[in-house]
Formats: sequence, structure tokens, C-alpha cells
Amino acid sequence: MTDELVPDQADAPPAAPPPKDPTEDAAASWLRRVSSSGSTVTVLAFVLALVIGGILIAVVNPAVTAAAHYFFAAPLDTFEAAWTAVSEAYSALFRGAVFDYQADTFAKAIRPLTETMTVATPLIIAALGVAVAFRAGLFNIGGQGQVIMGASLSAYIGFTWHLPAGIACVVALLGGLFAGAVWGGIAGVLKARTGAHEVIVTIMLNYVAISFLAYFLTTEAFRVPGSAEPKSRTVRPEAQLPLLFGSQYRVTWGFVIAILAAVFVWWLMSRSRIGFQYRAVGFNPNASRTAGFSVQRITVYVMLTSGALAGLAGAVQLLGTSKYLTDGIAGTIGFDAITVALLGRSKPLGIFFAGILYGGLSAGGRFMEAVTGTPISIVLVLQALVVLFIAAPSLVRTIFRLPAPDAELKGATA
Amino acid sequence: MKKIIRVAALGGALALALAACGSAPEDTPSSSPSSSGGAMASDFKGCIVSDSGGFNDKSFNESALNGLNKVKTDQGIQTAQAESKTDDAYAPNINNLISQDCNMIVSVGFKLSTATGDAATANTDVDFALVDSLPTDADGKAIELPNVKPLQFDTAQAAYLAGYLAAGTSKTGKVGTYGGLAIPTVTVFMDGFADGVAKYNEVKGKDVKLLGWDKGTQKGLFNPPEAPFAPGSGKANADSLVAQGADVILPVAGGAALDALTTAKATPGTLVIWVDSDGALVNPDSSSVILTSVMKLIDAAVESAVTDAAGGKFDAAPYVGTLENGGVGLAPYHDLDSAVPADLKAEVDQLKADIISGKITVESQSSPK
Repeated sequence: MTDELVPDQADAPPAAPPPKDPTEDAAASWLRRVSSSGSTVTVLAFVLALVIGGILIAVVNPAVTAAAHYFFAAPLDTFEAAWTAVSEAYSALFRGAVFDYQADTFAKAIRPLTETMTVATPLIIAALGVAVAFRAGLFNIGGQGQVIMGASLSAYIGFTWHLPAGIACVVALLGGLFAGAVWGGIAGVLKARTGAHEVIVTIMLNYVAISFLAYFLTTEAFRVPGSAEPKSRTVRPEAQLPLLFGSQYRVTWGFVIAILAAVFVWWLMSRSRIGFQYRAVGFNPNASRTAGFSVQRITVYVMLTSGALAGLAGAVQLLGTSKYLTDGIAGTIGFDAITVALLGRSKPLGIFFAGILYGGLSAGGRFMEAVTGTPISIVLVLQALVVLFIAAPSLVRTIFRLPAPDAELKGATA
Repeated sequence: MKKIIRVAALGGALALALAACGSAPEDTPSSSPSSSGGAMASDFKGCIVSDSGGFNDKSFNESALNGLNKVKTDQGIQTAQAESKTDDAYAPNINNLISQDCNMIVSVGFKLSTATGDAATANTDVDFALVDSLPTDADGKAIELPNVKPLQFDTAQAAYLAGYLAAGTSKTGKVGTYGGLAIPTVTVFMDGFADGVAKYNEVKGKDVKLLGWDKGTQKGLFNPPEAPFAPGSGKANADSLVAQGADVILPVAGGAALDALTTAKATPGTLVIWVDSDGALVNPDSSSVILTSVMKLIDAAVESAVTDAAGGKFDAAPYVGTLENGGVGLAPYHDLDSAVPADLKAEVDQLKADIISGKITVESQSSPK
């Protein structure tokens, strides 16, 4: 799709082959191991995280602390208080993420689920981008920067260009896609041409993007006229993503875009020729080179695809949920996407559910804090623990005394 | 056998000792409302939403939360809080608190202006107090709503006094300032500070230089945008101001103001003017380098707004903290009281009186309108 960006080097032998460093092979094989571990490990990792999170909730709860002061006089009090604290917190988490059974009306009761979908939407799309890179053996840590650039360009198009309804939204989305692709592509070209490690380059490009965003928000082109606040104008109504279920829920057609993106990535990675090349390069770049693939060109394509998806995530977040640009537009989407991609084991369906789970934890965590006063940081710990256990499958297997799976011995599955 | 007895005896003694350490509270009928002390228990529920800086920001979020908690202690109202980790959490956090039957919601920071405007329009039975901003509609235009009380502060007035004081205290003839981000709630301090320095030069015929801010062009020294208010991100700016010869520094940067204290302690003769709260009290280990503080009493404003609402006396009239109503002010000199000449103190007091009387007007484009 973007052949003109990189000269064809398929047959030319690389003048100076990128130096092979052992960490790269180790990283790629780690990725393979993580993504091939069974779904049992994922579920158990989540269970373990919930258990540890429960202990933390009990420890920080003031009622439990008070009861623990006289633990040896009446130990049951402590356990009772701990049980109350943990069960209230987790039921609030559920009520805030899935179904609020205490709400007056059905419409209000299902609102949490739509909140979860809203939070999950950009996460799923950005995680698909990270996953494409993962499966091609590349770590795209630059999701954050790509989300920011995508959101910035789509915002600019959204509030400046006067286009008819329908077209305006599509053009703004494509703008975000394009900006993200460029931002990811820079890292791809640098990797392909000079061997600069994509982890370093993408991390650094995050900082560049943050600074660009801060600069944009000081310019007349972006700011609300007459205001000194670092906040852009609101995108025109024609460019906004329409709401999916009416005005009482925040979820937009962005969720449908996320599903379509997941289907596209499935087709790309499992059915298309170029996706086969992506995976081949990820599995063994040397063999791919011997087989006649241009590893460099494919590296650039992978980063373009990965960046485009992250940029689309930024555009969807902006045109659907935020509607104007602030310095915090990307939140932590770019980083959470890495987590979601790992959690979903880099498969589109897995990512879809991992995104929903992650969105549910975020939406539920906010609700939990409002209802029970449990600090929302507990949820961040929970999310981090899930990743930690997913990233160390053998730890989970040891804890639950599971046998080593065959998948690991056979190697990656396609 | 002997060993077992010994272990058992030791264990028994230990258990007894531990049991003695804490005894369970008596079973009192804790449900009776009289047990909540002298304060009247209240059905009123006051809630608060932070901006993405979080409640531990050593700045406005923390201050606003303190104000709400003061009402909780004094009046026995119920409270709930929601800390926003990211900008997209504002709207859901406000909605969650509304679903928890909050009577009043305090939104902290201009970043919540649109989310507050939207929620207040949709929920006319809930009252709001919005710190540092007017509510705005979806297009970012300021609007007036019958259920939103804006709490704003004309900090330029107090910063003006600080600028005059800094210029009078400086031995090198150079004072400096740096900010977290170039946003109105930050630059309003810098504008007032610049005018105070200029006033000193005008009155004394001196030429004290201000580094780090140019009021005319509205350009100055700010922290890196990836973490503008986080401790550590102000270090380079503080060091560079000192390297250029500034010996009084005004850091307007939340947690990143701590870096100015570190620099000042490492460079003898350098003083810091704290902002928002009384710095000598919140940073007791640095009180020897804190000349004074430009105080912005968000906690008091929140406290009074919530108290009014709890007493059924909510009003949506915008509150603007000034020197006159004590919403902004200069903190005591504390440890450095003897370092400030008496006549300089008198001049600062006179300026304060002149600003209150309207003889001097402090102007900043970032002052609340």
C-alpha cells in the first residue's frame, strides 16, 4: 500500500547486514513462548492477580486495620472486616464493569457494560497494532506516540475541514491512521536502513510526539480562540463518531471499528500473503532472508501497519470520546495496549477479549473507588500483576503445579 | 519432652503478651447517631473528582480534598472521592459519583470544565463547585449554570507582593521563575510576580532582572511536557536559573517545585518563594530557604462552598479569591523573618493595602474574568 516510501531492496544483498545481537533472538523467543502458552495460564494469572489484589484491598482498608490492632484478642473480627472489604470492593468492580444490579432501571444497570466497551475501544485497536509487530518479532513500544500523532491529525482535520457529514468522519479517521503510520514508519525505516533498535527509537519518538502535542496546543491553529488553556477546539459534529446506542451511553461506532480492525488483522496475519511474510520474518529473519524475502522492506511494512492501527486508536478516541485535544489525550492507551496484546497472546480474538477485560477493570475500578473508597491504584496493581504472571508462564505453572505444555516444545503456532 | 514444654510455655506467654497489646472494643450500640461526637451527623454527601494530577499532587487537588475533608470532620457529612488517572476519566468519574447520590460534587481544575458543564446540564438536582475555571459547553465556551459555583483565584495580586519582596531581597539583582505548563493558572502567578519586580524597580530606581518569564510576550521557562508537575522535572530549570545568577526563585510547578528547594539548599544564599500553600509548613525540612509563599487558599474556598451547600445555602455566584477576601495572600516569613528588612516588610504591607483599596490594580490576561 505504501511501496513508494521505501525503495525495493528485495534482491539487493544488504550492504551491511544489521548486526545480530543475542538479546534480539532471546526477546523474540520469549515473545513466542508467551504467545504460545495455553489459555489456562491466562485464566490462572487473572485468578492469582485477583487473590493478591484482594489481600491488598484488605490491607489498605481502614476497618481491617482497626480490627487488626486487636487481632489476638478477637482474630475473627479482622477476617470478617477483610471479607467485607474485599467482597464489597470486588462486587463494586463487577457492578462498575458489567452489570449494576443495584440500579433503579435496566437502562442504568447496563450502562457499566457500555462504559467498559468505551474504554476498551481504543485499547483493542492499539493492541492489534502492537500485536502485528509482536508477531513479526518487533517490539513497538511507541504506541503512545503513534496514538498522539493520530489523535492530533484527526483533531485538526475534524475541526478545520468543512466536509459533508459521513465523509468528514471517514477522512478524519484516515488522517489519524496516516499520522500513526508515518510515526511508526519512521522507526521501521530507521531499523531497516541502519539497524537502530526499534525499542529505543519508538520510545524516543514517544517523547517527540508528546512535545509536538504540547507545541500544537500553544498554536492558534489548534487553540480555542480567546482562550489561553492548552486545549484544542472541539471537532465539528459531522466529524464526530456517532453514538452506537443513543445519547444515554457514551459508546460510539468506534467499537464497531475495533471489531472490524480485529477481523482485518485476523485476515492480514492468517490469510494474506504479506501477513505470512510478517510472521515468517518474526519466526526466523535469517531463514526468511534466505528464502528471498526482503526483511528490511517487511520491517518497514510491519511498523507502518502497527503505527497505522495505533494512529486509528488515537483518532477513534478523539472523534468518539474526547472530541477535543488535550495534553493528556492519549492517557495510557499506548502502554496499556502492550499489556492487552500480551494478555490476548497477540491473536485478534484474544486481544478483543483482553481489551474488554482491561476496559472492564478500568471502568469497574473507577466505580469501585466512588462506591467503596478503595483506591483506584489497586486496579492498576491488578492489571500489572496479570501481565506479570502472563509474562512468566512458568511461574504460574509452578504455583499451580501444572505440567509444561507441549506447545512450548513444538514452538510457535501460527 | 523438656523442650516441648519450654516451647509451649514460651508460645503461651507470647500469645498472652500479644493479646494484652490490643483488646477488642466493647460492644456498644454503635448505630446510635449520638456516638458520632459533637458534630451533627448529616445526610449530605459531598464528593470530589481530581484531575489527572491525582490527590497527592502537593497542589490544588490535595488542597481541595483537604477542604472537603475539613467539612467531613467538622460537620459529619458523608464524602466520596474519585481520583482521575487520565483525562478520559473525568466524565465517567463524575457520573459514578452522581449515581452514588452525591449532593455536591467538587471538580478540581480547568481540565474538568467541559465534563462539569455537561454533567451539570444533565443533572440539575446536583450542585457543583468547579475549582480554577468556569464551566464550559461542548465547544469550550464558558457558560453560566444555576448549579455550578466556580471557585477562582486572582493569584496575580499575591504574586505581585512576592515579586516586590523578591526584588527587595535579592543580592545579585536577579530573580527567577519557572512553571510546570504554560497554562493560565500557572502564568497568572508569573504575571503578578513580573509586575511586582517592575514596581520595585520603578519605586527604587533599580534594575532587578526577572529570568524565566516575559509578561509582554507571555513566554518563559517551563518543565518538559511529559511530566510537567512531577518532582524531578523542574531540576534543570531551577539549576539554570541559579547558574544565571538568580538568588530568589518562584517555582509554579506543583511537585516539581520541590526541585527548587533541592537546588536552593545546595546553593547557599538562594531562596525560594513557594506557591499554593504555606511552604514552610508543608516542607518543614526546607523552611530555612523558603522566604515566603504565594498562598492560594483553595481548601478554604472549597470548605465554605461545601458548608454552604450542606446547610441548604448553595449559590452559584462565582467566587474569586483576592487579597481583600483573603482567598489569596502572602504567607508569614517564618524562619527568614529576621532576613527581611523591616522597611521592606512595611512597603509590602502598604502595597497590599493599596491593592485592596484599588489604588493599584494588578492586571494579568490570565486573571479570572
